[in-house]
Amino acid sequence: MLPSLIGVIASSGGAAVAGDFESIATVNVGSGGSATVTFTSIPSTYQHLQIRGITKSTASSSDFLYLRVNSDTGTNYSSHRIQGDGSSAAAFGFANQDQCWFGFAAGTSNTNIFGATVLDILDYANTNKNKTMRALHGVDYNGSGTVFAPFSNAWYSTSAITSITIYGASDIGQYSSFALYGIKG
Amino acid sequence: MPSTYTPIATTTLGSPASVVSFTSISGSYTDLRLVSVYRGTSTGINCYPNSDFGSNKSWTAIRGTGTVAESSRNSSIAIQDYWQTVTNATGEFTVSKMDFMNYSNTTTFKTVLVRRDVTSAYTEAIVNLYRSTSALTSLGLYSASGNFDTGSTFTLYGVKSA
Repeated sequence: MLPSLIGVIASSGGAAVAGDFESIATVNVGSGGSATVTFTSIPSTYQHLQIRGITKSTASSSDFLYLRVNSDTGTNYSSHRIQGDGSSAAAFGFANQDQCWFGFAAGTSNTNIFGATVLDILDYANTNKNKTMRALHGVDYNGSGTVFAPFSNAWYSTSAITSITIYGASDIGQYSSFALYGIKG
Repeated sequence: MPSTYTPIATTTLGSPASVVSFTSISGSYTDLRLVSVYRGTSTGINCYPNSDFGSNKSWTAIRGTGTVAESSRNSSIAIQDYWQTVTNATGEFTVSKMDFMNYSNTTTFKTVLVRRDVTSAYTEAIVNLYRSTSALTSLGLYSASGNFDTGSTFTLYGVKSA
């Protein structure tokens, strides 16, 4: 018996929901790479932020990417993650750090492959709370790879977040892309 | 500012079906998110982008069962996503979110992030790699055997950056 088929013409459907999830800014890394990707002057008019990124390094092998907010280089961050590498699961946690995590960027030896991260920053403009982030990240190389599921960051400050900087040990590579969105409450 | 999280298409099964497909996906978004709430008469949901059944996909997964945390992978396989290894409990629907990052970029392979919860058995996350620089224009979701049950819903969203 032939399988039943439900087909949907994707281009035909759906009205947009007005203004609940809005694009704030996008950075596409150009030729030669970039040491940092920074979002500045983030408005406080949203409830939450989301960063969606695909990540490449200028290094030959993968590079870890980090995140700071408001240019804060103090030891005001902590991070935890559950990580799978295809053969085993492990957990990591770090306190009193001067940066927090964004995920791996694929190396140049991994042709056309990019890491991916979707990171939420909750109540980022609330001046009564320290800030919490949660994210899903992964990179797969067809035979190896890593998935963080999920990971969390904390920034121990009640200041509103107005800027975000992402960087690695090596420069961030061409065609990496980072999009910042605001989510209305 | 305009909305950037747009429902593109949705389907709710009024009767069991083994395949759900989204075709003619516009390239005008940055990412796609597919939210599926489904139950099946067997295990497994396989995702084939662009009707591509070649062995150019791979995945790495992590899963927590309530007893153990475990990780697994597969490479050079035909399917995207990762088999659900248990059948749904009575009345249970699996919840899956798949993020197809930069799906229309013709310079990069496609990385797909998945979060899936089979609440009676485990929670898991998966990273998929689709080794193709072609823009993604269609998605086919196949029940590995049997059907998706009546009441299963599948919604495709477009996320558009500035």
